[in-house]
Amino acid sequence: MARSPARNSARKAASAPPLPNWPRPDEPERFVASRDQLLEMYRQMVLIRRFEERAGQLYGMGQIGGFCHLYIGQEAVVVGLQAELIKGDSIITGYRDHGHMLACGISSKAVMAELTGRAAGISGGKGGSMHMFSVEHGFFGGHGIVAAQVPLGAGLGFAHKYKNDGHIAVTYFGDGAANQGQVYESFNMAELWKLPVIFVIENNQYAMGTSVNRASSEDQLYRRGESFRVPGLQVDGMDVLAVRGAAKLAVEWVRGGNGPLLLEMKTYRYRGHSMSDPAKYRSRDEVQAMREKSDPIEGLKKLIFDEGHADEAALKAIDRDVRDEVAEAADFALEAPEPALSELHTDVLLGTY
Amino acid sequence: MPQILLPAMSPTMEEGTLAKWLVAVGDTVKPGDVIAEIETDKATMELEADDGGTVTALLVAAGSEGVKVGTPIIIIAGEDEAAAPEPVKKPSPGPSLEEGRGDSLPAPLPGREGSGEGASAASPATAPEAPTGPTRRQTVREALRDAMAEEMRTDAAVFVMGEEVAEYQGAYKVTQGLLEEFGGKRVIDTPITEYGFAGLGTGAAMGGLKPIVEFMTFNFAMQAIDHIINSAAKTLYMSGGQMRCPIVFRGPNGAASRVAAQHSQNYGPWYASVPGLIVIAPYSADDAKGLLKAAIRSPDPVVFLENELLYGQSFDVPEGDHVVPIGKARIVRAGSDVTLVSYSIGVGVALQAAETLAGMGINAEVIDLRTLRPMDTATVLASLKKTNRMVVVEEGWPACGIASEIMAVVMEKGFDDLDAPVLRVTNVDVPLPYAANLEKAALVKAEDVVTAARAVCYR
Repeated sequence: MARSPARNSARKAASAPPLPNWPRPDEPERFVASRDQLLEMYRQMVLIRRFEERAGQLYGMGQIGGFCHLYIGQEAVVVGLQAELIKGDSIITGYRDHGHMLACGISSKAVMAELTGRAAGISGGKGGSMHMFSVEHGFFGGHGIVAAQVPLGAGLGFAHKYKNDGHIAVTYFGDGAANQGQVYESFNMAELWKLPVIFVIENNQYAMGTSVNRASSEDQLYRRGESFRVPGLQVDGMDVLAVRGAAKLAVEWVRGGNGPLLLEMKTYRYRGHSMSDPAKYRSRDEVQAMREKSDPIEGLKKLIFDEGHADEAALKAIDRDVRDEVAEAADFALEAPEPALSELHTDVLLGTY
Repeated sequence: MPQILLPAMSPTMEEGTLAKWLVAVGDTVKPGDVIAEIETDKATMELEADDGGTVTALLVAAGSEGVKVGTPIIIIAGEDEAAAPEPVKKPSPGPSLEEGRGDSLPAPLPGREGSGEGASAASPATAPEAPTGPTRRQTVREALRDAMAEEMRTDAAVFVMGEEVAEYQGAYKVTQGLLEEFGGKRVIDTPITEYGFAGLGTGAAMGGLKPIVEFMTFNFAMQAIDHIINSAAKTLYMSGGQMRCPIVFRGPNGAASRVAAQHSQNYGPWYASVPGLIVIAPYSADDAKGLLKAAIRSPDPVVFLENELLYGQSFDVPEGDHVVPIGKARIVRAGSDVTLVSYSIGVGVALQAAETLAGMGINAEVIDLRTLRPMDTATVLASLKKTNRMVVVEEGWPACGIASEIMAVVMEKGFDDLDAPVLRVTNVDVPLPYAANLEKAALVKAEDVVTAARAVCYR
């Protein structure tokens, strides 16, 4: 059912509520980055883009099996957020997780080798695309059940608070997961116990093939925490500096003991939900328009040029390095051996009984 | 002269403690006045007067324990009735529940590893287990509480969360006194939000803590089973051994008493089918304590299935740091003619049947599996080798149960030792009914075990 624009605007006017009177952070400001910071964010976004493109190719060649969910288009979200975290913070997400791993600094070889199901993969080949973890990097998955990561992430925040270690947890989930009941169970406990958790809704507009408007009675997802007194902010998730500005504010707020915060990142995925998506639910024009007008990498590139931080040659050098890294990761992932058959029986339990 | 009888204040209450009288002989009471505080098996409850009048006698002294349901406890004479005060019986001393909240913070995290690791089930049990040191008589409820308290004292990473575990002192009083000793940071009342807190607890375990998540009953854990299985049980494997999840999910499981279908189900077979989980279902208080301590120390996720009807039963529990190895069955009663295999409340049924069988000249051996996963099939098979006959007793449905699993194992590995087909005695294959007679007919019974044991003995 399509919603008429008239109804949409009427609804907006009627439903813009006064801000509640419980404490909330100020509106975030766009991050002002140094040259090095800009180039590093550019590098990470290009790395995720090229990595995912290559993963898509390997999937097409039958080298990656099962489900494979690409992050192309959403790069600014994780890159902007991760830039404001420190070592020791915890992050967790769903199954569209390759980009998060790369942004956490996990080796692209170990991620790609997991996609091809090899022993050198980050999960030893036992997890695959949707189930990757790196405790060393504070990355707690990689979870295949939609929204399961939300209470798990609240639990990671609970552990930080219990240990009083000053760290925070960031829980990423999509607009589809935002309709699961356990999300609200988590909001409730997180606010009740003032857990240091940033809930990040990566609103890429489609839960598989169902648009937000067709699935969500309150489609302004940043308001979804209000009944639990979890303040929410809506952020342009296609602008890495807007994301990073919001991240800075959110991290300060949460690390400061104010309890959880909800960030709605308005973003867009260019590819299908997974590799087997027929894409009948949206037009090519819509995707094309988003690519042309809002692409996070092109946007940052333009800013770098416009403000004179670097010239084309500097970015080309980054592009080349990234291409080499991804090519190397893909070669590694194709050449690495599969897990030994004896691995079938390991890692079921830690204890001996 | 209207006597007030001690009422049943919970589905399983058979007796209570008259904690305190709030009225004295000669007092006038109005309908609805609170006249006494009664401690049941679950909670401390206030008893109200139904009718007004004058208190003429207190028939049971304050502090009396073990007052049976239906015992006259007070006489309240109507206004027109002549009243002769009766003497109060001598009180028996009993501890009263001191309510309070402790503020003690836990010691720094010691990062202790589970010392329950490494206990191997190499050799089958061949003789009944008996404690060698001093013991004390305890209910299963107290033993479980002590297990948690002892582990919380030695490991600051251990905490308890669940519905009503703190201020209420536990819906079944299993966490009684823990809030007072350990404070609100480590004994945490949750909202009624099973899916959420099971996930939150699992996340906390991934983050380095050792949560004990109490489900008020495992019936409610069906709302949370995704986190128990998909998040807790599988993550170690999916991460190639990186992600630890040392968590205990515990609470009562199986049929209680007259609470009907949605509150009466045995999930043992469900969880025991899942690789990556440890599943424990003890019968006695000593095993409940020793296995819960082992479960808390285990580096793996544990589903710990208790039984409401066993909470109030008393057993001899060894003093000191009593830890029972996970994955070891127990020969509860030695015998030579037939092996009765069971777990949890079914063990009591099997023991009862064994007594009857003894009177018929059939000497039954009773095995308590104690741990359902990993299952100690060696002990089961060793017993079969001795008796050549077996009946499996399970308080649960017949299809795809633990009994079915035991029978399959015996077919695969003990076929040559069988002198008769293995039989199973289980609940009837229906949702548990409410009516007393139907409920009784649906649940596993000792007489059916006797019949089955005689059948496999051809007697």
